[in-house]
Amino acid sequence: MFLWTVLLIVLMSAIAYVAGRSRAAGLVVADGPRLHSLPSYHGLLVAAGAMLGGLALAILSALVLGTQSVVTPAAAVIGAAIAAVPLYSRSAADFRARNAFERVVLVVLVACSAVAVLTTIGIVFSVLFETMIFFRSVSPIEFLFGSHWSPTGTPASFGLIPLLVGTLLITVIAIAVAGPLGLLSAIYMAEYASPRLRNVLKPVLEILAGIPTVVLGFFAALTVAPLIRRTGEAIGLDVASESALAAGLVMGMMIVPLISSLSDDIINAVPQSLRDGSYAMGATKSETIKRVVLPAALPGIVSAFMLAISRAVGETMIVVMAAGLAANLSINPLDAVTTITVQIATLLVGDQEFDSPKTLSAFALGFVLFFFTLALNYIALRIVQKYREQYD
Amino acid sequence: MNAHVPHQTLVTPEKPRALASGQFKVTARDVDVYYGEKQAIKKLSIDIPDRAVSAFIGPSGCGKSTFLRCINRMNDTIPTCKVTGLIDVDKHDIYDPKIDVVQLRAKVGMVFQKPNPFPKSIFENVAYGPRIHGLAAGKTELDEIVEKSLRKAGLWEEVKDRLAQPGTGLSGGQQQRLCIARAIAVNPEVILMDEPCSALDPIATARIEELIDELRQNYCIVIVTHSMQQAARVSQLTAFFHLGTLVEYGDTDEMFTAPQEKRTQDYITGRFG
Ligand SMILES: Nc1ncnc2c1ncn2[C@@H]1O[C@H](COP(=O)(O)OP(=O)(O)OP(=O)(O)O)[C@@H](O)[C@H]1O
Ligand SMILES: [Mg+2]
Repeated sequence: MFLWTVLLIVLMSAIAYVAGRSRAAGLVVADGPRLHSLPSYHGLLVAAGAMLGGLALAILSALVLGTQSVVTPAAAVIGAAIAAVPLYSRSAADFRARNAFERVVLVVLVACSAVAVLTTIGIVFSVLFETMIFFRSVSPIEFLFGSHWSPTGTPASFGLIPLLVGTLLITVIAIAVAGPLGLLSAIYMAEYASPRLRNVLKPVLEILAGIPTVVLGFFAALTVAPLIRRTGEAIGLDVASESALAAGLVMGMMIVPLISSLSDDIINAVPQSLRDGSYAMGATKSETIKRVVLPAALPGIVSAFMLAISRAVGETMIVVMAAGLAANLSINPLDAVTTITVQIATLLVGDQEFDSPKTLSAFALGFVLFFFTLALNYIALRIVQKYREQYD
Repeated sequence: MNAHVPHQTLVTPEKPRALASGQFKVTARDVDVYYGEKQAIKKLSIDIPDRAVSAFIGPSGCGKSTFLRCINRMNDTIPTCKVTGLIDVDKHDIYDPKIDVVQLRAKVGMVFQKPNPFPKSIFENVAYGPRIHGLAAGKTELDEIVEKSLRKAGLWEEVKDRLAQPGTGLSGGQQQRLCIARAIAVNPEVILMDEPCSALDPIATARIEELIDELRQNYCIVIVTHSMQQAARVSQLTAFFHLGTLVEYGDTDEMFTAPQEKRTQDYITGRFG
């Protein structure tokens, strides 16, 4: 039925367009008043009416009678006709179809953004709601400040701290790897590399961004982690077979392209006149970059880093495979740790009762994660605002 | 091109009456500049005296900026640009591979058409050059250099209470004077100005022209301008460029009253350009 409904709405709109357009074209008479809007605008307006009317009634009928009902395509046709006919008969030489269509465009755009915003709000509230239920069985104090995480143990304990520390540890390692690598390679690409080299380098780096994280994950678990373990043992260190370091390193590799690609664009956006001004003072290239280009690009670079941090905090696959599930409270990069995202994933895998604290704790973790990224985005936004308009 | 060899008035040390010193600061011989295949400057020779203002005039696209940028090797930043011939500053070939471009640019400063203050404070803008060249031993000395440069640029009184504010927050004319202060803070000997007033109103222009006239006592100044009046007001020598060649170069007063070339006369009187 769905296909039929869509086809009929498209068909009705097409008919409406042709009809509206030819009626408007018919209004043109020699020596008569000029048409305010071109005939195609009359057509577009009638077609837009048909499409919106058809969609509205079809959705309504689907909601009331179910998507499989035969009434839905019929409702689409009726809705299209109801909306299109008044518009069709309104067309006259002085009817401002062009301006009216502009309003239709506005309404459609607003509706689309409203859907995106409302969905986000809906998700946040549903997570918040489940979190509230979770806090009925586990106190927020225990959740936020507890230092022991073992949702399946007896008695179960839900202390967030080990997960938070694990998340931060891996993120810090990842940024420590990706920050300098990404930024320096961006500087190289933007300021030093010849255009030809740049055209090769940039896509290659972006391929790195396209590698699925599952692949990076088993690379971390099967190649990097054993390597670190062997190296560590060779110099007499005690390394867990799944370590925060392995996960952090590989995660760092994952976000290098993100940082370098964004920073490269930002550095390129710094006006050439600033560089010229610096060179004309007798500054060398690296002095110019350090003292003029990077300060001018700072807000953008900061927001690139914030985006990268959000990516790292939200990353799951690499950590599941490389860092393990053990909720150790440790800041030693050679230990196995776990992160918020990994725990959410493992909590919801397999058979679930949806009202056990174990399952509900995933929502609480999700809420923490959401709050974390929100805070990061807010900080990034503030930094950008503070330093914006420094050059024009 | 026809076989016509452009007539050039090579300025002699005695020639322009306005000149006191009689020293040539910049000399160029048979300079050709190419952007890729396209030749922008053809066989250009010129002698630019010290402690005087030379104005470059000529129709758009005739190579004024291109030649100006040769004198401090700013053309090095354009990959396609190739310069041949000889350009000396103080009798040293500046395209000699052994020369230090960074030192050259400290000695030959430049002010651009569009004011381009750095997105830093007013103080930091002026302190930029002295800092990178290590001209100041300490904070007090740096303060002195900054004040002296801003005074010379005629901006001190207007900004002395807000040195910590961003240079980009100044008006266009103030920004341009800030850029001049920035350029003179490193004690250059030559100052190149590429249409420094084209973005400014008449009052700000008058301020800058006054400033140029004062700076003339100590510097060799080359200014590109599209305003005949400006050339006549501020310069002692004028060079007329056309299609990549130097058509005529000489005493400004003579040039504007009795040019030797028909093309110069046509341009000055506005018959083409
Ligand atoms: N970066 C460049 N790449 C290629 N060609 C260039 C470049 N810069 C200038 N040219 C060319 O060289 C010629 C001289 O340009 P130049 O900028 O020196 O002219 P100009 O006399 O300063 O003109 P205007 O008065 O408009 O500033 C022009 O034909 C121009 O198109
Ligand atoms: Mg120019």
